[in-house]
Amino acid sequence: MLKTLSRLFIPKSSGDYARLGVLLALAGLILFGALRYDNFLSQFNILSFLRYNSMFALIALGMAFVIITGGIDLSVGAVAAMSSVVAAYLSPYGWLPGLAGGMAAGLVAGAINGVIVTRLRIQPFIATLAMMLAAYGTALLLANNQSVSVSYDTGFTTIGQDDFLGFPIPAWIAAFVYVLGWVFLERLPTGRHVLAIGDGEATANLMGLKVERTLFAVYALSGLLAGLAGVILASQFGAGQPTEGVGWELFAIASVVVGGTLLTGGSGSVGATLAGALLLAMVFNILNFENGLGWISLSAYWQSVIRGAFLLIVVVLQARLMKKTEAP
Amino acid sequence: MTTIDTSAAPERAARPNVVRFLSRYGTFAAFVALLLFNIAVTPNFLSWQTLNVNLTQVATIVIVAVGMTLVIATGGIDLSVGSLMAIAGAAAPMIFMGKLLPIDNMGVLIILSFILPVLLAMAFGWFNGFLVARLSIQPIVATLVLFIAGRGLAQVATNGNLQVFKNPDFQFIAMGRIAGIPAQVIIMIVVVALAYCLVRYSVIGRQIIAVGGNEKAARLTGVPVRRVKTFVYVVSGALAGVAGLIVVARNSASDANLVGLGMELDAIAAVAVGGSLLTGGRANIIGTVLGAFVIQLVRYTLLANGVPDAAALIVKAGLIIVAVFIQQRADKV
Repeated sequence: MLKTLSRLFIPKSSGDYARLGVLLALAGLILFGALRYDNFLSQFNILSFLRYNSMFALIALGMAFVIITGGIDLSVGAVAAMSSVVAAYLSPYGWLPGLAGGMAAGLVAGAINGVIVTRLRIQPFIATLAMMLAAYGTALLLANNQSVSVSYDTGFTTIGQDDFLGFPIPAWIAAFVYVLGWVFLERLPTGRHVLAIGDGEATANLMGLKVERTLFAVYALSGLLAGLAGVILASQFGAGQPTEGVGWELFAIASVVVGGTLLTGGSGSVGATLAGALLLAMVFNILNFENGLGWISLSAYWQSVIRGAFLLIVVVLQARLMKKTEAP
Repeated sequence: MTTIDTSAAPERAARPNVVRFLSRYGTFAAFVALLLFNIAVTPNFLSWQTLNVNLTQVATIVIVAVGMTLVIATGGIDLSVGSLMAIAGAAAPMIFMGKLLPIDNMGVLIILSFILPVLLAMAFGWFNGFLVARLSIQPIVATLVLFIAGRGLAQVATNGNLQVFKNPDFQFIAMGRIAGIPAQVIIMIVVVALAYCLVRYSVIGRQIIAVGGNEKAARLTGVPVRRVKTFVYVVSGALAGVAGLIVVARNSASDANLVGLGMELDAIAAVAVGGSLLTGGRANIIGTVLGAFVIQLVRYTLLANGVPDAAALIVKAGLIIVAVFIQQRADKV
């Protein structure tokens, strides 16, 4: 009896703790913001919050899959920047070529990551660190070291700037992709393979799972989603930006980790990743409001300090929980 | 995975030899090839000025990469070196311009502006070591914290502003010469010599290799694993601090947004090209120096021949992948 009760109400694993924690923290922050600031729950703030942060949510989802397999993708920010340039160049030919071209650029970069990780067996962080360099290099070369204006005549800017049924289109895209991601990871066999690989690559191999193919797909997917985020970036701000995206990989990693996914792989959840991304974004939203109130004045430079501090707290907590669950 | 590789080994008998040759002499061969290429193609390559430019530019990479070699030898990685350079580089001018400490004596300020930034960088290095050794956080993630936050701290401290200065005493470490040799080159040589002796002849040097080779075995044989790990991160932090001082002294300006940007990649690339396995258990200091020279020469060759900086990034990325691939292959056979 007691056991059943405790199973219902007390989190079992470190992942459950983190998931519970992130939801509580998110609810707490929203409550705090709603009580403290007049316009916090205004339509404008909610919509622009969703519009802007959809890009990060997309990248975080790709990162979640990579991290679940025990890898990491440090190239997503640079790949998004490169894709934004490609999309901007293609935007005069219509919104579809812009969208498809940007996503294709991301997919190619992700596929190269996948080949380097699976075929050459190079550690993911080295492979993707090199891709980060290469993608920034390509973006700067393509764009001639400056931002590339998109075409406003072909409807390309609709993707990032317009609404559909009252919600920003980027938010629809992100929601759609997250639903697909959830179905994939929680309901389809291949999704379970991703988890199994993260738990132990050798075991997964012995079980007859197609480890290499799955790993390749995961990196390709991460690149594809980074490409999609790049398209939204170009469309939303009206320009392909070769120097944007610095630090995006950290936002994504932090979101995934905050969502309770272990960096060692083998566990993780799509929903919690979304919650992690929203929580992190909410922190910055609230800091913006606080800046507006004039109580504190944080320059943009504080962003990276806070991001780092956030990552630190979460990682330390995770390490603590891991140790506790490991102990007999 | 190893089982699959061994079964296929007989068919590939010819390849491992090539790989082994490349892993042993590849870096040196690349270095010589780059030299010959430049002598043939690049105008005015054989001049004192070229040597001077390359030596002074490579010095900071070598200094940071030596620390990185030690960290990687323990099976770790330090992504925070660039940010620590920015922190040290931001702190030094603030000290000798009297913004931080109420001291009037310029001599004391100059000395402090050498010592305190390096101590600060060491403290951050210790923090990295604490996360890795005590809390058992993966090195990539542990040092990612300061990779993000470290540069942010430097930017916050300087408000993102450029600090311009002219201070011959402080700038001696970058502009000065001893017996005609630039001071930073001398610092580089001293650092390399010390690190070489450390790895070769000291107890802790052997312990570093042992920890990277097999951590469990090292612990069971009584190696103080945590202390060794903390030590390498502190050393890496200190060397990053020194490199940060050299960079700002060379530029007569400190820009927290730029100092040490991308240095972690250069350092990791130097280690990989230099023949240390990124999985740990090996520390080839001389190889790292050679690796840094190769990377510097590649960049110089491209720039001197009119290839844009952005393309050089792509070449560097390819270089890293090829080097790591060759090292890993050679280790397997």
